[in-house]
Parts: sequence; structure tokens; C-alpha cells
Amino acid sequence: MIWDALLLQLGYNAVLVTLGAATLGIAAGAGGTFLFLRGRALLSDAVSHATLPGVGLAFIAMALLGGDGRNLIGLLTGAAVSAALGLLCVSWLTTRTRLGEDAAIGAVLSVFFGFGIVLLTVIQSLGVGSPAGLESVLLGATAGMVQSEALMLLVAAGLTLGLVLILRRPLTLAAFDPGFATATGRNVARLDLAMMGLVLAVVVVGMKIVGLILIVALLIIPPVTARLWTERVDRVLLLSGLAGGLAGYLGAALSAALRDVPTGPVIVLVSFALFIVSLLAAPRRGVLSAWVRHRAHQRAVHLRQGLLALATGQPIYERLTLRLLRRAGLARADGVATETGKAAAAKAMLDEARWQIVLHDPAHAAAARRYDGLTRLEEVLTPDQLSAVDAALPGPVAVP
Amino acid sequence: MLQLADTPVQLETAPLSISGLTVSYGEKPAVFSVDMSLRAGAMTAIIGPNGAGKSTLLKAALGVITPLSGRVTAFGAPVAAVRDRIAYVPQRASVDWDFPVRVIDVVMMGLYGQLGLLGRIRGQHKARVMEALDRVGMADFAHRQIGQLSGGQQQRVFLARALAQGADLYLLDEPFAGVDAATEAAIVDVLHGLRAEGNTIAVVHHDLSTVAQYFDDVFLLNTQAVAAGPVATTFTEANLQAAYGGRLPGRPAAALPGAIA
Repeated sequence: MIWDALLLQLGYNAVLVTLGAATLGIAAGAGGTFLFLRGRALLSDAVSHATLPGVGLAFIAMALLGGDGRNLIGLLTGAAVSAALGLLCVSWLTTRTRLGEDAAIGAVLSVFFGFGIVLLTVIQSLGVGSPAGLESVLLGATAGMVQSEALMLLVAAGLTLGLVLILRRPLTLAAFDPGFATATGRNVARLDLAMMGLVLAVVVVGMKIVGLILIVALLIIPPVTARLWTERVDRVLLLSGLAGGLAGYLGAALSAALRDVPTGPVIVLVSFALFIVSLLAAPRRGVLSAWVRHRAHQRAVHLRQGLLALATGQPIYERLTLRLLRRAGLARADGVATETGKAAAAKAMLDEARWQIVLHDPAHAAAARRYDGLTRLEEVLTPDQLSAVDAALPGPVAVP
Repeated sequence: MLQLADTPVQLETAPLSISGLTVSYGEKPAVFSVDMSLRAGAMTAIIGPNGAGKSTLLKAALGVITPLSGRVTAFGAPVAAVRDRIAYVPQRASVDWDFPVRVIDVVMMGLYGQLGLLGRIRGQHKARVMEALDRVGMADFAHRQIGQLSGGQQQRVFLARALAQGADLYLLDEPFAGVDAATEAAIVDVLHGLRAEGNTIAVVHHDLSTVAQYFDDVFLLNTQAVAAGPVATTFTEANLQAAYGGRLPGRPAAALPGAIA
């Protein structure tokens, strides 16, 4: 069953939904990347919640005019207009008052959403149109999707993605260094507006599939996931699109296979699973690799300190130090150095003495900056420089 | 009241000419009715106490912040028309150094104007970026993530980005703040090289002890313009007192060549 779903064998409607969700995921992942890099991820939450009153008002207007209140294009237009109004409110509150953006987002988000809920309730009691299922904009509903709707979502998501690719350079510049962007002739305010436009498009398009409450997850989680794997903007963009697309595809397929499981939440959970795997396993920024690197550093520090203690004949109290020394065959259980231990200790002492000379000689200022108590001077200086340092060593050097 | 430049500057074609510039944060002017003109081919230090509006002056001249009033021209044209001839090096602290870009990507940003939205990055662009990095001594770091650099190295990368632009006018905002001595020397070398090629340079500067050594002209600012002109005649104890008020850090008068004159 699940394999059938993944291979798009579950019937026409399931295929439509799966492909639509995958495209939406790609567009959301790519569009959310610059929002995340600009440090304004939360703004998407305000945008999505601010769509609700627009949906309600559009329904009422269409129903009163005698049309189908649930016409998707009409609802999405209403959503876009009211989300844009919400954005304007946030930006007005942020620039013209002393409120910070976080407070402005909180205020706008809750007020618009509250108003939207009131409207939905009023619609139920109004008795116009056929409001059944209207509340599905909150969490998405893919069951009754028809081909024309799916195609429209596909095209809109594709356009969004194209726009992100076209604007990726100026958006990168505005996110990294807005001052430089302005000085080189970019209109950062307009770029921010374009970025918000992209987010708005994703939110509106995604309303039908994952719903307006959960679309935020698709905008934020994929870029955060991608950031863990790479240090380059273009790759964050690519991986974020991939992560979003994969989450959309897998999530939609899973929910088609398992039945009675809502599509939107499953997509978000799949996205979250990708994030968790990345958080743990990513090579440089991941939790596991950070832990491994920390342990390696800790061992190196303990070994070095242990060797210096052996060389100066000081007792070793740290159990980790003693264990490391014993395992390396440098010391016996009672803390006395072995023959190899003595040699290694003398070498560590010599290295430390050399460093002391380098650290106090302004001529070696560049090398001195690399002193961390662990790096051996041989790795920093050329053999010629090293022998110059050795010439300055005090007294006879005890190298076995 | 205001000591004018000794050498007459041709305002019409000066690399940067500012007149009547006022910038306010809220209702307090940070820069008030400032006239400034940079001498072509000279290196000018913009100095003044903390909060004197030095960085604000640069940012407003470039349109990074919107001035309340004033007129700014570069090479005789509105700044917006000649942006490709102006390179700006912002304060290092103004950006997030954990941003996912490598050194080479940051310097490539200097070429975004020429690349346009979709222009392909070609060998010639890469060569120009590497040349700029080489000039500031950072070629070996091209593929490092910017977060792994020291403060001085970050500053050099910012300078390389400006170099890659291939501009005629360079405006630097505190390039020597928090950098090591080796970096400071390297940056000064690059700037003097640019000057020798006929470029005009203005630097927001803090360290009064190096003004005479590095610069040709000084512009003293304390919200309003205090004095402007060649270091030899303008960088005087009297002008510094006027600019810094009682806040002038005590230092030997010998550091001020103009003080004796």
C-alpha cells in the first residue's frame, strides 16, 4: 500500500495531491530560505494567520453575489489581500512605533486570526452559500481536490520557485549585508517586499494542502534542515527545496496510503523527521559530530597536560588523564611514566619551551597567534625557523 | 567659523561632494548641515569623537540611511547614477558572520552588479575575485566559511569585496576597529596602492596617532563639520579641541605635527 502510494499507483486524485504537495514543498523550502537567512522566519506566522479574515470575507462576498462561496480562486485572492494587510500592519508597527517586530507579529497574528475565526462562526449561522468544509483552510484538506485546482496550485508553486531563483542574488545580498546592498544600488525595502510576496504566495497556495496553521512549518523547517548540511547559500537553497519537496511527496503519499490520516500534519511530521536526522547526523554542525569533536579535543588536552605532568614529575590526579596515558602506553597504573612515556613527555616539554620563546618574540607574532597549548610548533614553523628557535633555548635540551 | 580646505576643490566634479546634509535619528540630529568634499586622488580621514556622526555621514551619503535634507553628488552626478564607481566597506560588526557563505562568495558579491540577476559566473569573474583576495593576502582562505576567520581576516575580506568592484572612490567605515597590527598594516598598504593608482579614499578613523602617517587630508566632525583640509595645516591641536571638546584623549603634543605650526 505504502509502496503503491510512493510510486504514484493509488489513483488519479492521490497522484494529483502527491505531486502538488511535492511542488509546494519545493517552493516553500526555497521561498523560506531567504526569510530564514534574513532572520525573519517568524514573519511567516503572521502572514499565514492573517489570511483567515480574507477567506471569510471572500466567502461572504461570493455567496452574497450569488456565486459559489467556495470558489478556490476567490478564497485565495481574499486570503492574499488580507495577508498583505497583515504584513503592512506589522511593518507599520515596526517602523513607526517603538514596538519590536516580535511584539508586532504577536499582536497582528492573534487579532487577524481571532477576527477570522469570528467570521467563520458567523458564516455558519448566516445560512448563505454552502459553508461546509470551509474550516478546512485551517488544517488543509486534499480529499476533494479536483484537477483544475491541483493544476492551479502546481503552476503557482512553479512560478514562486522561478521567482526565488531569479532573485536569489539580490536576496542573498540583502540578507547578508543590507548596508552594502543599498550602497551598491539595491532597494532593500523592495527586496524585503518581494521576499514577503514570495512567502505570501507560498502560504496562499499551501492553504489548500497543509492549511494555514501548518504552512509555517514548511517555510521554516526545510531551510533550517538544509543549513545544518552546508556553508553555502546556493546549497542551502537547493537542499531546502529538496527537503521541502521530499517532505511534501512522502507526507502526501503516506497519508494517501494510511487513509484517515490528514495530509498537512503528516507532511509536517515528515519534514520534522528530516530535520531531526540532520540535527543529529550533519557532519559539521550536527549534534553528534560536535560531541565527537568536543571529546577529541578533551582527550588531546588531557593527554598534553598528563605528559607535561609526567615530565615535571607532578602527580596525576585526573582519572581521565591517567586512563588516557595508560591506554597510550605512556604511563603505568601508579602514574609512573613508561620508557615511551618519558620520551613523549620530554618532547612535550621541549615543544612547550619552544612555544615560550615564540610567544615572547615579536618577530614570531603570526606564529604566536596559533598557540593553543595543543598544536605542535613543528606544524607551524619551517625547519629553518625551528632551528632558529632552538638556538634561543636556555641551557642543554634533554631530548632522549 | 568653519575652516575651509586650503586647496580649492572643484565641487562640480569632486569624487564625493556633500552639501547641507542633515540626518536625524528620531528628533536628534546625528549629522547637522554638513558640507564635505573629497579631494580627488587623496586619502581622507574622517575623525571625531564617538557619536559624532562619522559613520552616519558615510551611510547617508550612500543612501544607506535617508537624510532629512542635503545634496550628495559623486563625480558630478547623483550618487545613484555612479554607484558602480563607488565601493563601500561597512563596519565589520554590521553583518552576521555565521551566514552560510565562503570567503570567495563574499568577494563575488562585489561583482553582483555586473553579473546581473542571472549572469553566469565565468572564469574572468573568478580570476578577478582571486586577484582581489590576493591583494589583501587572503587568497589561501578563499574556500573558508567566513565564520572561521579572525576579525582582521574578516576586515580584509570586506576590503577585497570592494576591490573586486573596481571602483574609483572607496569609502571605508572604521576598517581598523578591532583588527591586529599585521592586518592594519596590510590594509594601509592596499589603500596606499589604490591611491597611487589615482583612486580617492575616505576612511572613518579613530586612532589619532596614525592620522599623519596614513592620510593626506582630514575631515573633523562633531555633528557639524569642524574643519577640513590637508593634515599638515588642519590636523591641529586647536581643531582637535574644537572637535572633541573636553573629550580629547591626552597624548603627547609631538604626535601632532600641525600643533607646532
